[in-house]
Amino acid sequence: MTEGVKVVSATVPARQSTAAEARPRNTAAERGSRSPKRKLRAPADKRKNLEILFFVTPALLLIAMFMLVPIIQAVRFSVYNWKGFGPLVDFVGLQNYVRVLQNEVFTDALVHNLVIIAGSIIIQLPLGLAIALLLNRKMKIQGLLRTIIFVPYVLSEVIAGVVWFQLLQPQYGLIDTVLAKLGIQGPAQGWLGTPDLALWTVLIVLTWKYLGLAVILFLAGLQGVPDELYEAAQIDGASWWQIQRKITIPLLGPTLRTWGFLSMVGSLQLFDMVWILTGGGPANSTTTMATFLVSEGTKRQNFGVASAASVILFIVALILAVSYQQFILKRDTQPDTSRKRKKVRR
Amino acid sequence: MDLGKRGLGILALLASTALLASGCSGGGGTNDAAAAGEDKTITWWHNSNNGEGKAYYEKVADDFEAAHEGVTVEVSAMQHEDMLTKLDAAFQSGDAPDVYMERGGGELAGHVEAGLTRDLSELATDEISMIGGNIAGWQVDGKTYALPYSVGLAGFWYNKALFKEAGISNPPQTMDEWMDAVKKLKAAGIDPVSVGAGDKWPAAHYWYYSVLRECSQEVLNASVKNLEFDDQCFVKAGEDVKKVIDSEPFNPGFLSTPAQSGPTSASGLLATERVAMELAGHWEPGIMQGLTEDGKGLGDDTGWFPFPTIDGGAGAQDAQLGGGDAWGVSQDAPDEAVDFVKYLLSDSVQQGFAKLDMGLPTNPAANDSVADPALASLLKARDESPYVQLYFDTAFGASVGGAMNDEIALLFAGQSSPADIVAKSQDAANMEK
Repeated sequence: MTEGVKVVSATVPARQSTAAEARPRNTAAERGSRSPKRKLRAPADKRKNLEILFFVTPALLLIAMFMLVPIIQAVRFSVYNWKGFGPLVDFVGLQNYVRVLQNEVFTDALVHNLVIIAGSIIIQLPLGLAIALLLNRKMKIQGLLRTIIFVPYVLSEVIAGVVWFQLLQPQYGLIDTVLAKLGIQGPAQGWLGTPDLALWTVLIVLTWKYLGLAVILFLAGLQGVPDELYEAAQIDGASWWQIQRKITIPLLGPTLRTWGFLSMVGSLQLFDMVWILTGGGPANSTTTMATFLVSEGTKRQNFGVASAASVILFIVALILAVSYQQFILKRDTQPDTSRKRKKVRR
Repeated sequence: MDLGKRGLGILALLASTALLASGCSGGGGTNDAAAAGEDKTITWWHNSNNGEGKAYYEKVADDFEAAHEGVTVEVSAMQHEDMLTKLDAAFQSGDAPDVYMERGGGELAGHVEAGLTRDLSELATDEISMIGGNIAGWQVDGKTYALPYSVGLAGFWYNKALFKEAGISNPPQTMDEWMDAVKKLKAAGIDPVSVGAGDKWPAAHYWYYSVLRECSQEVLNASVKNLEFDDQCFVKAGEDVKKVIDSEPFNPGFLSTPAQSGPTSASGLLATERVAMELAGHWEPGIMQGLTEDGKGLGDDTGWFPFPTIDGGAGAQDAQLGGGDAWGVSQDAPDEAVDFVKYLLSDSVQQGFAKLDMGLPTNPAANDSVADPALASLLKARDESPYVQLYFDTAFGASVGGAMNDEIALLFAGQSSPADIVAKSQDAANMEK
């Protein structure tokens, strides 16, 4: 469900950023005309503020209840040795953090998360881009193809996970059965049961699941590339490849970078699919930080340790998100002036 | 800002379920009512949430109400996993039901330490002596905190027809015979054993049972009490398990096989005649029935034999590993709740319980009422065994048990050693001290 929300929030900035160039003039004009009025109508302003307060408060309250309070609680739990019942009495300071960071399973889980971030981007970016470019061409069953590509993304992660789990069953699963008919022997422990293969199998299922999101975002971005540019390029004698490389992909930049951000955050939080496919096993070869903290909390009732792990996950995610914002997304969000200036100098 | 949300979300969920649970049970206010001598309400949570079992428990509650004027029993039948989650939340919020299911061992010790559950030693002396040795798992420091109403064993469930096909006339009694049976089954082209190592605890049962055969009861009791694994018998048990794993008896893909869910789970493979046997608890026939189309499981081919003996082991060779469910009374419950629990253990209630195959009764008067022949043979083994050791993950508590199970699963994956199982369990135990 959370992913659904993300799509909306993702497509909006993607569209805005491509349309951004046309917009500044309008807003500047509006600003000019509005500011004198503001001074005259102070009471109206107050009313407006009240209105804003009225509409924002419920949302803020919900955020406070379901995000701020749990975050504070997690930090509080993380400094206690607590089994989930009884009062919080056994204060242990930062010992839980030490336990988590010294736990090989957790550090491995962190590595798995990073592998999945890198893997998703390396596989899905070129693949998604290629499919988006193909689907952007006029053809008969365009709508149908787009739907087919997007269906896995719409499917509930749990349902998709269960379906893949059955397909990947060793010996009796569809995939192994088909392979056997072709004379190929699947791995003895199955694709999800072999420690060396399990993470890659999960990554493939994730690619299947989330490729649709990449494609749909890229397609949305492609709509924002003005046709005039293509026409001009064609008149200048550019080939299809040249047009894609020199016009489409550069202009798709903001969309690609936003998608990269979503993909990264999603990979960091990865839980459902792994939990259903492997439960973090075999031999901890697919644990993620989220599965680690859930099994520490709910299965072993080490709520202090689980909370410490969740705080660490939060910090890792925050650092990655902020640095992505700082180094990669910044060029999309900062005002155009600096870029324009450079152009002028040239 | 939706980072780290999953983990925090879980906490939020716990918090909200706690709220919900306290909201639901808040109407009780049982203590004040009891003090004032007004009508009393007992809240009771159980997990027989469908069919005959649910109806039976409703009738039991009605009968109790009829015999005790002014007492109302509020029954909540819940799905098992739901109930455990809600119980955890209820204990967190300090608003537990008056009568609830207690699984014993380390979990119970935690509840006792937090002052959540009531000492029944003096209040139910007759029932405690009637239940006898089966009650050990629900005692902490010599005091009894809950009355087990069903105690079952783990053992090998097997397919009689497949054993016959492989030329095995009698179920194996020693480990050597068991290995021999595995060889014969393999030679007949049958996958010998299924194990749900994906869920870890089914694999861990092999280690638990080997420990039971290698370690004396004194060593085990001291170990559970002091959280020490220093006796060499624990390492020896790991070596026994390694021998079993090295003989490659398990179904293909056992590392990711789940215990009970779906036809390709360990139970499903046995139920659909794809493997010949499985080490599982007394719940297995019920699970298998749910996993076959005709609802019969293996039917008449269902057989049961206890875990084989291990030559030279210092432990009791006829001791059994098991676990069960008990009725506990929360600390703030009215006295009538204790009477209700005693009533639940009475001859008539336990007989009805046994007739419906709801579990293995602990009241000897109900033994003859167990209808299913396989369950009856299991009951016989239970009552003949010198003692029933509680599953170690329950006995040691979730934290130590979890670490133990994880490391045993790693041994099955070839990534750990008998010494590591002991070392990792000890590490986790040291955190508890």
